[in-house]
Amino acid sequence: MNMDTVIEAQGLTKSYGRKVAVDHISFTVGRGEIFGLLGPNGAGKTTTILMLLGLTDISDGKVNVLGFDPAREPLAVKRRVGYLPDTVGFYDHLTAADNLRYTARLIGFRFLEREKRIAEALDRAGLGEFADHRVGTFSRGMRQRLGLAEILMKGAQIAILDEPTSGLDPHATAELLGVIRRFKSEGVSVLLSSHLLERVQSVCDRVALFSAGRIALIGSVSELGREVLGAGYVVDIEADGAGLPDRLALIPGVSRVEQTGIGKLRLHAERDVRPEAAAEVVAMHGRLKYLGVQEPSLEAIYIHYFEATPDESLKEGARHAA
Amino acid sequence: MRREGSAFNGLGVVMLKELADHLTSIRFIILEFIVMLIAVGTVWVASQDIKQNVAEDPFLFLRFFSGSGQQQLFSFITWLTLLVPLMAIGLGFDSVNGEHNRHTLSRILSQPIYRDALLFGKFLGALLTLAIALVVLWLLVIGLGLLFIGIPPGGEEIARAFVFLLVTIGYAGVWLALALLFSALFRSAATAALVTLGLWLFLSFVWPILSNVVALVIVPPDPRYTALGLQTPGTLVLQQFLARLSPSTLFGEIVVALLDPTTRALGPIYLSQLQGAVLGAPLPLGASVLIAWPQIVGLLATTILLFVIGYVVFQRQEVRA
Ligand SMILES: Nc1ncnc2c1ncn2[C@@H]1O[C@H](COP(=O)(O)OP(=O)(O)OP(=O)(O)O)[C@@H](O)[C@H]1O
Ligand SMILES: [Mg+2]
Repeated sequence: MNMDTVIEAQGLTKSYGRKVAVDHISFTVGRGEIFGLLGPNGAGKTTTILMLLGLTDISDGKVNVLGFDPAREPLAVKRRVGYLPDTVGFYDHLTAADNLRYTARLIGFRFLEREKRIAEALDRAGLGEFADHRVGTFSRGMRQRLGLAEILMKGAQIAILDEPTSGLDPHATAELLGVIRRFKSEGVSVLLSSHLLERVQSVCDRVALFSAGRIALIGSVSELGREVLGAGYVVDIEADGAGLPDRLALIPGVSRVEQTGIGKLRLHAERDVRPEAAAEVVAMHGRLKYLGVQEPSLEAIYIHYFEATPDESLKEGARHAA
Repeated sequence: MRREGSAFNGLGVVMLKELADHLTSIRFIILEFIVMLIAVGTVWVASQDIKQNVAEDPFLFLRFFSGSGQQQLFSFITWLTLLVPLMAIGLGFDSVNGEHNRHTLSRILSQPIYRDALLFGKFLGALLTLAIALVVLWLLVIGLGLLFIGIPPGGEEIARAFVFLLVTIGYAGVWLALALLFSALFRSAATAALVTLGLWLFLSFVWPILSNVVALVIVPPDPRYTALGLQTPGTLVLQQFLARLSPSTLFGEIVVALLDPTTRALGPIYLSQLQGAVLGAPLPLGASVLIAWPQIVGLLATTILLFVIGYVVFQRQEVRA
C-alpha cells in the first residue's frame, strides 16, 4: 500500500443472502483527502462504511485501512478511525462529558489525558459550555457535534461520517463543513456519505457515485462533470477590447464563444483555457476584470447520470439480484 | 480466524458503567425498596413464631430465612424466590435492544472493543448489582434477626446462610442470562420483557404442576403401589426429572438442603440412605452441600448455556438499527 493511501478497497462485496448490497467496489482514499460516498437510498454507502470498520462481515474482496485488515485486526482499525453513525445516539441520562468519558475509557485513555482531551474536544466542537448538561436536552445538531467531538477526542487519523449533514439547518451544516475542513488541514482523512450534493461538493476532493451497490463514477467533481455532462469547461471572462471574441475563438480547444453581457464573454472549451485566454487579453492590451472557470454542479451530474442511465442501473440491479 | 487483541478489552469499563447505571436507576431503587420491606416483614413474622416456641433448635437463625412452621406463606425465602427473578429480569430485559434503540450500539462498537466485552460486561455489571442488593438484604435479615430475638447466630448457621446467599446470586444469574438472551433476540424491549416474564411464570408455577401430569401420562401409576397408598417409583423419578428442568425447582431443592440441615436427600428417599441414620439429626454443612451439588451445578450450567446462546445471537447480529 502506498504511503499516502489510508483506505484501499478492492472488489469489496457484501451480500445479505441473495441480495447483493455492495458489489465488487474498489476505491482508495489518500491521506488528508476528503472523499465523498454519494448515491440514492439503499445504494450501499452505509454497508461499505460498516465493512471498513469491521462492524459487519465482508463477503468478498479486500480492504486495507491504515495498513490493517478490518476483518482480522478490528481493534487496530477502530483505535485509529473515528466513526459518526448516520443516526448517532448517546446515553440521555449522562452529561456530554460523561458520555465522552465512557468512550475515552473504552479507548483506554488515562485519567489526566482523558480529561484534557475531552475538554479540548468539546471546546472545538463548540460544546464547551454544555459539557455538564445532560444529552437528553440536546438538539439534533448538538448531538451531531458531540459525535464529532468524540472523533476529535479520539485523535483519529480517519474520520468516517455517515450522512453528517442530514437533519441539520443551513447554519449547522456550514459549521459542520468547517469542522470537516479543519480535519483535512490537520492531515486527517475524511470519508463521508451524503445526499446533500451541493453542500458536499464544496468540501469533497473526490467523490464516488454509488448506484445499486456499485460505484458508477469516481473522481473529482470537475472530472465527473466533463465525463457525465460532456460539457467540458466553461470559462467566464470580463474584459474590454474590440475583436476579443474572435481572437478567443481561435484558441485551440475552444468550441464556442458566447456574449453574456457588455464586456462579458463565456467560453466553452474542452480543457481549462484560462491561461491562454488571459494571454490573449493581455496581448490585445485589454483590461482583464474577471476570469473564472465554472465548476460543474454535482447535482446536475447526479441527476444527469441517474436519469440518463436508469435502465442500466435497473438492469444491473436485476442481474445482481438474480 | 485468529483475532488480534484481547476479547476482554474494555470489559471492566462496560461493567462499571452498567453497575453505576443500575444502582442509580429508579427501576432498581424501587425493586430494592420493595425487597427491603418484605425482608423486614418476614423477619418480624418469623421472630414472633420463634419466640413462641423457644425450642432448643440449634439452627434457630436459619428460620429467619426459611420461615417456620405454619407461616410458610410469609417466609423470607418464598418472597425471595419470587422477587429475585423479577429483579434479574428487570435489570436485563433491555440490555442489548436498549443500545440498539438508543442508537448507541454502532458508536460504542466502533471503539476498540469486541462485542464479547460489551455483552459480558453487561452481564457482570447487572450480576454485581444483584449481588450487592442481595448482600445488603442478607445483612439486613441477620441484623434484624439479632434485634428481634437477641441471640447471636452460630458459626454453622452463618456458614449455611452464606452458602445460601451465594446460591441465590447464582439463581439470579440464570434469569439474568435469560433476560439478556431475549434482549438480544427481540428488538423491542417490551416484547423481550413480556416473553422473559412469561417464561419465568411458566417455569416457576405452571411447569411443576405440568411435569406431574406429563409423568403420570408417560408412566401410568402401578396399581400395586396405589393399593398400598404409595406413589409408583417410575412415575416419581420421571416427574422429578421433568420438574428439575426448571431452575426454580433446582433452587427450591438447594434451599431445602441448605436451610434445613436434617435434609438427607432430595427427592424420593430410599431405605439404603436411611440405614444407620438417626432421623432428624442434622448433617454437617459439607454433606448438605454435597446433597444439593447436582442442583448447584445444574443452575450454573444453565446460566452458562443461556449466556452462550445469547452471545452467539448477539455476534451474528447486524449493528445497524
Ligand atoms: N441486514 C440486512 N439484510 C438484508 N439487506 C440489507 C440489510 N442491511 C442492508 N440491507 C440492504 O443493503 C442495501 C444497502 O443498504 P445501505 O444501508 O448500505 O444503503 P445506503 O446507501 O446507506 O442508503 P441510505 O442512503 O438510505 O442510508 C439496501 O438495499 C438494504 O436494503
Ligand atoms: Mg446509509
